[in-house]
Amino acid sequence: MLLGLSILLGCQLIGELLVVAVGMPVPGPVVGMLLLVVALLLTGGRVPDALRRVSDGLLSHLALLFVPAGVGLMNHFGLLAREWVVLAVTLVVSTAITMGVTGWLMSRLARRFGAGEDL
Amino acid sequence: MTSFWVYFSARPLFWIVLTLAVFMFSRWLNRRLGGMALFHPVLISMSILILLLISTGTAYDTYFDGAQFIHFLLGPATVALAVPLCDYFDRVRRMWLPILIATLCGTLTAVVSAVSIAWLLGGETRTILTLAPKSVTSPIAIGIVEKIGGYPSMAAGLVLITGMIGCVISPWVFRLLRIEDDVSRGFSLGLSAHGFGTAHALGLSGMAGAFAGLAMGLAGLVTAFLLPLLVSMLDF
Repeated sequence: MLLGLSILLGCQLIGELLVVAVGMPVPGPVVGMLLLVVALLLTGGRVPDALRRVSDGLLSHLALLFVPAGVGLMNHFGLLAREWVVLAVTLVVSTAITMGVTGWLMSRLARRFGAGEDL
Repeated sequence: MTSFWVYFSARPLFWIVLTLAVFMFSRWLNRRLGGMALFHPVLISMSILILLLISTGTAYDTYFDGAQFIHFLLGPATVALAVPLCDYFDRVRRMWLPILIATLCGTLTAVVSAVSIAWLLGGETRTILTLAPKSVTSPIAIGIVEKIGGYPSMAAGLVLITGMIGCVISPWVFRLLRIEDDVSRGFSLGLSAHGFGTAHALGLSGMAGAFAGLAMGLAGLVTAFLLPLLVSMLDF
């Protein structure tokens, strides 16, 4: 448990430091995730039990972690009232198109490249 | 001295406990309503908490003093996505070309469709710029919006709503286009609806979750580099 948490926070810390040092426009945790994948693969691709337990715990409650930021919408009611039609239509249509294009491409390409024999 | 400390530490604690309690209630309510994505636990929680804060005259900053400890866990949770990715690494490696093509086309579609639809509907320039990175996970989106000149704090909310919309419409999109495998479903959920889509995909299967996490990370990376470039080219 402690080991798993230390690994996650340690990777995030290294990620944050790298981002600042190199001046990348990418968030630290994303870099930390890439670092952890590389580290796990280099050590044989086996995930330590302690790390798996903490990760499973965090990921199974991922949705909860978005609530504090989401409540921040209350600071933007003015803009929402002014432009809600533009915002609503754009978000729904653009998200549907994006999801459709990506999913459709992925499923057709996966079949063509023969990589997903058991898809 | 003791009462002084208790007074100041109890208030942040109160907002943490309240957030947890409201979220558990929302999850229970969501199940009672048949698990519909439209009544997503996050949407219900947000509505209840906003109503509570407004009716008690509490500022968002006061709430966030406590709730930031929950918000903080988004960092380690993002790093934790490495675990499902590692579990399915063999599959990821065999599919590197489809993954690359789908990421580039999907990311470009997300940005171009959002900007052009908002522009056609006559949105303000700053609103359009705020909408551009809507499919990207919120920490990345906020950074991008700061860079290109939109409303950063608004971006967090729009990203969240995008995530919810993605979960709501995904069954229809998948049925209409006959997207049936977990790899493609997870990947498109992660790319178009970031962490929300990933949370949703983890509920479909571990494989879907792994590809959703991968898509979320890749889309974030590509958008972070592509969007500032695109904006300077379009000369907003």
